[in-house]
Amino acid sequence: MTSDISASSVGLVKVEKILIETPLTLACGVVLPSHELMVETYGTLNADKSNALLICHALSGSHHAAGFYAGDEKPGWWDSYIGPGKAMDTNRFFIVSLNNIGSCFGSTGPTTINPESGEPWGAEFPVLRARDWVESQRLLMEHLGIECWAAVIGGSLGGMQAMRWALEYPDKLANSIVIASSMKLTAQNIAFNELARRAIQSDPDFCEGNYLQNNTAPRRGLALARMIGHVTYLSDELMGQKFGRELRSGTFDQGEAAPIEFQVESYLNYQGEKFSGDFDANAYILITKMLDYFDLSREYQNDPVQAFSHANCDFLVVAFSSDWRFSPKRSREITDALIAAGKNVSFAEIDSDQGHDAFLLPNPRYEQVLGNYLSKVADKLEGAA
Amino acid sequence: MNQAESTRQINNSIHSWVKPKSRVLDLGCGDGTLLAQLEQDLDIRGYGLEIDPDSINQCVAKGVNVVEQDLNKGMANFADDSFDTVIMTQALQAMRFPHLVLDEMLRIGSQCVITFPNFGHWKARAYLTLRGRMPVTKQLTYQWYDTPNIHFFTYSDFEALCRERNIKILRKQFVGEHFLDRQLKNLWPNLFAETAVYHLSK
Repeated sequence: MTSDISASSVGLVKVEKILIETPLTLACGVVLPSHELMVETYGTLNADKSNALLICHALSGSHHAAGFYAGDEKPGWWDSYIGPGKAMDTNRFFIVSLNNIGSCFGSTGPTTINPESGEPWGAEFPVLRARDWVESQRLLMEHLGIECWAAVIGGSLGGMQAMRWALEYPDKLANSIVIASSMKLTAQNIAFNELARRAIQSDPDFCEGNYLQNNTAPRRGLALARMIGHVTYLSDELMGQKFGRELRSGTFDQGEAAPIEFQVESYLNYQGEKFSGDFDANAYILITKMLDYFDLSREYQNDPVQAFSHANCDFLVVAFSSDWRFSPKRSREITDALIAAGKNVSFAEIDSDQGHDAFLLPNPRYEQVLGNYLSKVADKLEGAA
Repeated sequence: MNQAESTRQINNSIHSWVKPKSRVLDLGCGDGTLLAQLEQDLDIRGYGLEIDPDSINQCVAKGVNVVEQDLNKGMANFADDSFDTVIMTQALQAMRFPHLVLDEMLRIGSQCVITFPNFGHWKARAYLTLRGRMPVTKQLTYQWYDTPNIHFFTYSDFEALCRERNIKILRKQFVGEHFLDRQLKNLWPNLFAETAVYHLSK
């Protein structure tokens, strides 16, 4: 049912599979002679091709950021912020959203066929870095004939790509919008990712990553991985409000022996179960490692100020008060480094009890900050045209 | 003379003391009007610190760099001498520890510009003396219990603090609206200046 498509929705959307024929040399040295990308676009590219926004997805995201597929009830993952009159205004911007390589929604990755072997890549898919996603996005940009993004924007791992863009291709973006992100993961963050990977690898159906060849899938392991991750994306307060100690089934009455299930258990199990049917275990391992390996200033003497001195664009940094996975402190570090490097930057810490997931969810203040910033970007473009 | 005229006078002083193309940090930058003017007129690289969400929104809408930060929690994230000028307009009286904020301003900037309402102004004195109540004036519009202005001080108090902490007063300018003030503000600022603008260095 798509009956609730409102005037602020981009409406029904279609995905396009784009073949990138330019060889892509990955950071690990492996060359992909060609690769395919699933891409959605919203809005209209202007005559001088200057109004394009690039959306960078996070760990489990896809190209489907906004609008509906025919027959679907749920819109894309960032639909609250993309559409006519929304913060990312499709009346003013041409928005490009892709599924990045190594993910599992149709772009070249562990579930697609390795042309050399004729088999799915599976665990053999080369190790990736955030810069590989940026490089692949640059090839897509070339394919679309865009010379400079009005803004590159992303949350979490998406914010890491937006920062990497600013350092790798300083003249190919005018703005970098970094939301709920970090210049590198903390030990605690890497630890959570390792728990998730271990959960997957411990599932007997994992088959050392070759489960597709064995016609199976480590669904229990992937579900557990997602449940661990999910808890870290929410805040204690929100879980308290949402579930408290409510029971889904059973009772604490004396003399009752039937099993008791808390609402929060049922919720997590449902989320894990659903995710394990939608996502690929090898992709989850690959992308969590990409997160772990990311370190913005590693090649700049570990000095973020030196790293950002290579940027030419303006920045907006946004964090959420209850996000403990990518805490506001991490965003302040980004902001401080940008100021010290003399770059234009604004930073807002949005009050929210929704934890890391807040970057995906409706929030009036977040909408205003993002909307005001992008509106200024659009004003400049339209004034210059 | 009206309030807009006083603001204009204050901004003129600030303009004349800020060097073109310099780095400016505005503490409690409000809606970013001053920074936007300085950017336009002097091509500075400016950043404002602010905690009010609406003000932050307005800065972002203007294209002024604004960073959400509570000044009362310190400014250790800024390196020594990382700015040419640190500005604070009409906010020192709202700080928890004004003397520490002043030290921080002079650590971060090579020079500082600071403005504040003079509690020693005759209107405030008359209000307290005659009515026996804490002054509520055009400049100090709050009641004593809900005011963000938690430290009331006069120019004399401020200059005494500067002497104590070896802070150099490079220049100062007094602003007053009332015709009496305009005649007498430079002669007897502690009584006749409603607002003063101080230009300070270490």
